[in-house]
Amino acid sequence: MLRARATAARAKDPKKAMKRVLKLVFGERKLKFAFIVACILISSFSIVYSSNFLGLFIDECVFPLIGVEDPSWAPVIASLTQFAAIVSISVVFNYLLSRTMVGISQDTLYTIRVDMFRRLESLPVSYFDQNQHGTIMSRFSNDTDTLNQFISHALVQLMQSSITLVMVIVSMIMNSWIMTAVVALFALLTMKATSSIAKRSGRQFAAQQADLASVNGFIEEMMNGQRVIKVFCHEDQSRSDFAALNEKLRKSMTKGNTYANIMGPVTMNLGNLQYVALVIVGAVAVILSGGAASGYTIGLLAAFLQLSRSFSNNVNQISQQSNMVLLALAGAERIFELLDEESETDDGYVTLVNAKMDESGNLTETGEHTGLWAWKHPHHDGSPVSYVPLRGDIVMRDVDFGYVPDKMVLHDISLYAKPGQKIAFVGSTGAGKTTITNLLNRFYDIQDGKIRFDGININKIRKADLRHSLGMILQDTNLFTGTIKENIKFGKLEATDDEVIAAAKLANAHGFIMMMPDGYDTMITNNGESLSQGQRQLISIARAAIADPPVLVMDEATSSIDTHTEALVQSGMDRLMANRTVFVIAHRLSTVRNSNAIMVLDHGRIIERGDHDDLIAQRGVYYRLYTGAVELE
Amino acid sequence: MLRTLLSRVREYRKYAFITPLFMVGEVAMEVLIPTLMALIVDRGVTTQDMGYVFRIGIAIVAAAMLSLSFGMAGAWSASKASAGFATNIRTDLYSRIMDFSFADVDRFSTSSLITRMTTDVQNVQQSFQMMIRICVRSPIMFIFAIIMVYHNGGALSLVFAVAIPVVAVCIFLIFRRTYTAFSNAFRGYDVFNRVVQENLNGIRTVKAYVREEEQLGKFEEASETIRRNFRRGQTIMALMSPLMMAVTYCCMIAISYIGARLINIGHMETGELMSIYTYTGQILSSLVMTGMVIVMLSIAHASMVRIAEVLNTEPGMDTNPDGLKAVPDGSVEFRHVSFGYGKSSKVLSDIDLSIRSGEMVGIIGNTGSGKTSLISLIARLYDATDGSVIVGGHDVREYSLRALRNEVAVVLQKNTLFSGTVAENLRWGNPGATDEEIRRACRVAAAAPFVEAMSEGYDSHVDQGGTNFSGGQRQRLCIARALLKKPRILIMDDSTSAVDTATDASIRKALREDVKDLTKIIISQRLSSVMDADQIIMLDNGRIADAGTHDELLARNADYRDLYETQTRGGNLDA
Repeated sequence: MLRARATAARAKDPKKAMKRVLKLVFGERKLKFAFIVACILISSFSIVYSSNFLGLFIDECVFPLIGVEDPSWAPVIASLTQFAAIVSISVVFNYLLSRTMVGISQDTLYTIRVDMFRRLESLPVSYFDQNQHGTIMSRFSNDTDTLNQFISHALVQLMQSSITLVMVIVSMIMNSWIMTAVVALFALLTMKATSSIAKRSGRQFAAQQADLASVNGFIEEMMNGQRVIKVFCHEDQSRSDFAALNEKLRKSMTKGNTYANIMGPVTMNLGNLQYVALVIVGAVAVILSGGAASGYTIGLLAAFLQLSRSFSNNVNQISQQSNMVLLALAGAERIFELLDEESETDDGYVTLVNAKMDESGNLTETGEHTGLWAWKHPHHDGSPVSYVPLRGDIVMRDVDFGYVPDKMVLHDISLYAKPGQKIAFVGSTGAGKTTITNLLNRFYDIQDGKIRFDGININKIRKADLRHSLGMILQDTNLFTGTIKENIKFGKLEATDDEVIAAAKLANAHGFIMMMPDGYDTMITNNGESLSQGQRQLISIARAAIADPPVLVMDEATSSIDTHTEALVQSGMDRLMANRTVFVIAHRLSTVRNSNAIMVLDHGRIIERGDHDDLIAQRGVYYRLYTGAVELE
Repeated sequence: MLRTLLSRVREYRKYAFITPLFMVGEVAMEVLIPTLMALIVDRGVTTQDMGYVFRIGIAIVAAAMLSLSFGMAGAWSASKASAGFATNIRTDLYSRIMDFSFADVDRFSTSSLITRMTTDVQNVQQSFQMMIRICVRSPIMFIFAIIMVYHNGGALSLVFAVAIPVVAVCIFLIFRRTYTAFSNAFRGYDVFNRVVQENLNGIRTVKAYVREEEQLGKFEEASETIRRNFRRGQTIMALMSPLMMAVTYCCMIAISYIGARLINIGHMETGELMSIYTYTGQILSSLVMTGMVIVMLSIAHASMVRIAEVLNTEPGMDTNPDGLKAVPDGSVEFRHVSFGYGKSSKVLSDIDLSIRSGEMVGIIGNTGSGKTSLISLIARLYDATDGSVIVGGHDVREYSLRALRNEVAVVLQKNTLFSGTVAENLRWGNPGATDEEIRRACRVAAAAPFVEAMSEGYDSHVDQGGTNFSGGQRQRLCIARALLKKPRILIMDDSTSAVDTATDASIRKALREDVKDLTKIIISQRLSSVMDADQIIMLDNGRIADAGTHDELLARNADYRDLYETQTRGGNLDA
């Protein structure tokens, strides 16, 4: 990841990204933007003003009084008072500027974060297959952080520096052409020097990041495999491997840091040399011109020296920030990429509603919770809305599917499941078992064929309602940080405590939950690290139970759990499966036997089908699997 | 703690010491320049002495060049010292962790050790570099500039006697309050990251239950915490710049007025007044810089503590390098052995058992019954709390740890393969293994068929963690790796759970026939894996519930019978 960051550090189209960032920051805040520009103008003006003031003060208040006995101090005080008044205003505006920016930047970042997350949650499952979690994560962490830096600091800094720079240049030209030429010369020199250092330092930095990535990668791998290292007495070998990588990193890091550290002294001393040149040129001009009449005075020199300082300070500021800006814009581009991802589409118009029977035995819609559900099906041809009871009847007909259009992974899949039936899928990894179940709840859309739920094409059903009517127990149990109760209620947010306990009892989870220190209020962290594998499965069964869907998809866990817990899981599942249409992806053939139908899959095709006895009698693949002659992997 | 860390500078000490000297040189030259400039104005311009102007001009150029050289030298030596320092810390950390016992690793946890070796080391390196460069530079700049003000302006330095305490107090207050706000914000990040992470891992669960809105609510809450704390911190921070401006302007006004009066009575000259304007900037900015460095150092403090903690941990196990070098045979005996992890309750209590050399022994029991703990004691992955574990007729503590572990091969429950080739991974068992030996080990472990079917055979690439192999293939490779050690005792901790029953049986058959003298100890959830063992040990709650052959147990032990029936009811043909 580190390596990827080092190479992909540049923005593809910085201008476009910049425009969009500015639109996000100021787009809805035109008035505030105007105010900020005004603040910047005022404070920039005051910087130029105070530099010039020094010159005037020396020429008009200090020099005339030299050697004067008991002079009048009133003009001096008056001049200083005027100065004080102007700079106080600029101090106030400077504060207002910072305060305003804090609000703007943090609100913008909040919006960006929330928009990103909202978009993320709306993306199709395929997005998560195709993008590594680490990469997505860094949109939320690294990229947002650099953007934060940019919006909170660099953006205003850049605007302020640029405006100040323009004002300083104008003021310098008005003061003296010759000395401005000297400053311009040095400005060129500084830019040359810094850009050549920056180029080298960039190369070194990339090398250093690459070495750092390999050291960190090594550390991660070895720390995870530490027990094996110890068991094999491999410590010394591993130490010397590490030493070699570490030494390489030391060398590139020394170089990289040296270049980075050198930047400061170089620009500062070029500034000092510019200062000398100005003093000499100025001094010569003052001496040669011989006095105030020509305009070259010590006051002017003093003012110019101050101006030149702020000139080089602002140039340095801009060059330092511009590197940061490019980094931030590259991050912003990646954020925008995420924001521009296509959301999952949903054209469904058939919805799930509470229903009740009226006197004549017809289904009608009702607002109250009846426990009876129906599909509400409006028709395009103008015929009246029809209601179909939710039963859990699934039909797949001639379904073809591929994750990418030109590579089909499922061919001609046809099957039906009547309400209450249990259908099992058996086959090796990659045969397409999980894929089939992912089509039912429309994690993916089929290329060809039809899938009907209670006789309705699932493409017509609103996704949220389709998914509410399908329970999923996935192979890897995902629990969320929160209490056990909250995790069970994930299946039904409005569930009462009694419902939670009933679901847990059904899933055989109640027993172990009551043994926990805080019972149902025990906190679960880190995907349930304090629970055993089996206990986590029990919670996920309870979660599905409380949702009480008519159709259930179960992907059996492969990891080994002990026999006692496994028996609990098994009986919990059996109870959950009762009276539901169930699709089981089986990894243990023992759970398959009592299915109504078993589908043996191979390379995306159903090669054998029937119940256990049929398939054993066929003496085909299922038979060989069952007798242990071939391995399920 | 600081001493623990700083002692790791070792051979880079000279660079660490020389860096501040370079900094002093750089700052001295930098501070000299405004005074030299004052001389040009006061002596050169006022007396119209062109020669003098050029002479001092050259002196300033020389000062600037010197300052540049010192600055560059400092940049180099600071990098050298800090990169070397970080390298040494990494080496020491790595070395120390290699010496850790299993118990030490448990205590720290793998992920925390990784963070300590990566992020924490980088933080410490940054702050060390800052310490030897900026921490010296800013205070020195501050002192030198004050001296020069006193030298040029005399009484004018009193202005700073007022300004400096005001600025210092303000900086202190501002930084202290922002520090709390920002550390709260960073804690908020933990929650924020967790929500994103959980949603990435559980996206299918979220979508299957249509819980997108609810998750968004959680996320908004976490983002709001970050926004609130950042806003609080930055709002206080926003005072900084106007405050510094105000102080600077006040100083300028005071200096101008007093300066004008001093010049009027001839106690000061115009050039000197100009130089004091410059010093004002240097003094105030070095104050701010110092404050910032202190804040950054305090942020790195936590990293320093975490690193020192590892470095100061003495490995919890005596490796006994001078102990016995050879294990005479593969017999194992437990005498009144009890064991517990840390201070928590006992995992094993009063275990007595005896295994003859060359036997095949099965261990069964529920999760938490102590199976893994039991076998861990044989290879001294942990030391028994009470009693003694005897291997080959000697207490395990009498052997050198290295010798013992070479003779007792453990195939861990959580297998790990490393990135590299298949052969490289297998040679972990024995670096000098010939190709023929590797093939033989793979045949016994039933790994040869699939390895040899791959286009590059034993030179096929293995991804980190072996993720390009299936679970069952990984397990078989790990068994082969252990066999290559030619140990006297082979322990397999649920090492064939992902292997089908037929292959599992063939591995056991090969172990029995090809390596007869090897003592085999097999933990399994699957009765079929241990049924034909010479003795089966049933563990329950840290005690031996029963031990005997399959037939004996089936005849006398009801629990065993239950288990047997449960597992065979499904045909005993689970894949």
